[in-house]
Amino acid sequence: MKAIVDRHRCTLCGVCADACPFGAITVNDTSIDISDECTLCGMCVDTCEFGALSLPEVGTGLVADLVAYKGIWVYAEWREGSVHRVSHELLSAGRILADKLHVPLAAVLLGYNLAEESSRELIFHGADTVYVVDHSKLAHFRDDIYAKVLVELICQKKPEVLLAGATSIGRSFIPQVAASLQTGLTADCTELDVSDEGLLLQTRPAFGGNVMATIICPNKRPQMATVRPKVMKPVRLPDHVGEIVPVSVSQACLESRIEVLEIIPEKDQTAKLTEADAIVSGGRGLQKAENFSLIEELAQLIKGAVGSSRGAVEEGWIAPSHQVGQTGRTVSPSLYVAAGISGAIQHLVGMQSSRIIVAVNKDPLAPIFDVASYGVVADLFDFIPAFVRKIKQERGESS
Amino acid sequence: MNIAVCIKQVPDAKNVRIDPDTHTLVRQGVESIVNPFDLFAVEAALKIKDEFGAHITVLTMGPPQADEALREVLSRGVDDALLLSDRAFAGSDTWATSTTLSTAIRKLGKVDLILCGKQAIDGDTAQVGPEMATLLDIPYATFVKRIEIADENHLKVTRQTDEGMEIWKLPMPALITVIKEVGEPRLPSLRHKMRAKKAQIPVWGVNDLGLDPGAVGLAGSYTQVVRVFSPSRRGDRVLIHGTIEEQVDQLYRYLKEAKVPGI
Repeated sequence: MKAIVDRHRCTLCGVCADACPFGAITVNDTSIDISDECTLCGMCVDTCEFGALSLPEVGTGLVADLVAYKGIWVYAEWREGSVHRVSHELLSAGRILADKLHVPLAAVLLGYNLAEESSRELIFHGADTVYVVDHSKLAHFRDDIYAKVLVELICQKKPEVLLAGATSIGRSFIPQVAASLQTGLTADCTELDVSDEGLLLQTRPAFGGNVMATIICPNKRPQMATVRPKVMKPVRLPDHVGEIVPVSVSQACLESRIEVLEIIPEKDQTAKLTEADAIVSGGRGLQKAENFSLIEELAQLIKGAVGSSRGAVEEGWIAPSHQVGQTGRTVSPSLYVAAGISGAIQHLVGMQSSRIIVAVNKDPLAPIFDVASYGVVADLFDFIPAFVRKIKQERGESS
Repeated sequence: MNIAVCIKQVPDAKNVRIDPDTHTLVRQGVESIVNPFDLFAVEAALKIKDEFGAHITVLTMGPPQADEALREVLSRGVDDALLLSDRAFAGSDTWATSTTLSTAIRKLGKVDLILCGKQAIDGDTAQVGPEMATLLDIPYATFVKRIEIADENHLKVTRQTDEGMEIWKLPMPALITVIKEVGEPRLPSLRHKMRAKKAQIPVWGVNDLGLDPGAVGLAGSYTQVVRVFSPSRRGDRVLIHGTIEEQVDQLYRYLKEAKVPGI
């Protein structure tokens, strides 16, 4: 299968041929041809202003009984003590979707010795119902148990949509849930909406953030997506009322093949990149390991984490756990400061969804400035200490 | 011990960029490479082979030219390669990909350990590993930085999580997805390069796997791309000029106005 050309609409302008990442489209004066190189990526479809290109539709297979599925669910991520912020963000996003579809919104909370307070907070973020499974076997996250419990609940209650945070937990076990239920799953979404037909429109970055793709799951239920943390805004609704429903599950789904031997929390708080609301990162421009102290000082001052480019990790100036980018962590804090980082694509894909990006670089042509909200063309060794002094001065602290 | 490593050929992200004027993907000079995370998976397999002895098969699903990616991995010391290629596989989402790969692994016979990179750098989904494990009904662990053989039948793995590390024990056969910390990939050796060049790589299509063409590729996919577009440019791009003091004052003011936490 390959992209479909409507030859009546095609003007042979050739724009699609330039857009195809695989060189699969050839256009000459009289004809357009799409070769077997076509991977159905869809890049060409949106570039055609004449609407001449389309993709074949996904197979219908065995269409599930779609109307039997109703309501939006959010997997509430409990991390041995508290509910992760992303769950509140997703309930707020889910509330909007549920209202558009006129269906209820529920949260599913799995864990052990769960405080009622956690469930109430889920209601205050928009949940009409909170299903709670509280069991000692759920004390530590394990993919198989968590997936089996969630699958059992979904099979019983049949929600049409399931959302989960694209965290190290969500990205790990939600694929098992989707595969067990034989339904589609879209990873790492940054936008959600519903179509006129009531389908979930799941938008996510592709090709390292160079393009955005909107994805649907037309014939299977539930429609499932993981959503990047910190992208949706949590909205607290203190007057919202909801119901807390304890649920018990079968013994079979509480059996695991995995044994948790040890849990080692990260001691270095500055390395908790995915949790941080502010990150200050340094790159090769720092010139040597000792100069990371400049980055650390600013990070500490604004209660942020310390990040780095791959270059700085390769130089051995900082541990790999601090690396932001393709082979490191993907982050989207409120503030991302990149100092002495040129902005290779591998770095940009890991941080470009941050709310505000500040770039400090001597080279005005550095690609980092293309994604920066605020670009400062300056020597970081002058600028960063001066900026630290400014913050302290404004706070009335002595520098 | 039999190890299967699943790899993917991807466009080299270094060269993928959007033309700022036309907003289309610039294709010129974009080479195909082996997904970097998959090279870590290959290295993890080779380390186990070095220490305990193992037979390693690398497999990929892709167009005929994905053959190059397999030879690249063979040149690093992997024993066998297998290419899953068929027009029917085009347009696969993660479900259809997992179906195809897991069927091929079943056909390979006894496999004790399946290794994958944590995700591919073009799709970034991190879904195919866990979905394959589910279809094969074997336990899995994701984002693994260290693999040890605990005993004849068990693995001990160290996982990287958002909050630190976890050490898990799981029985084989198992599937593990790895991150960079498992070790820098070794370079191809001359001997293995020669062998890779001459290797006969079998190609299996939909019939060889005994799969229904409707169960693979786009036809067997559950998700569908309905729109692809350029991300909106950040509307707030400001370049700050002047002396260091002026720059500091301006940036401070902007961040304060934007209500940035910590400022």
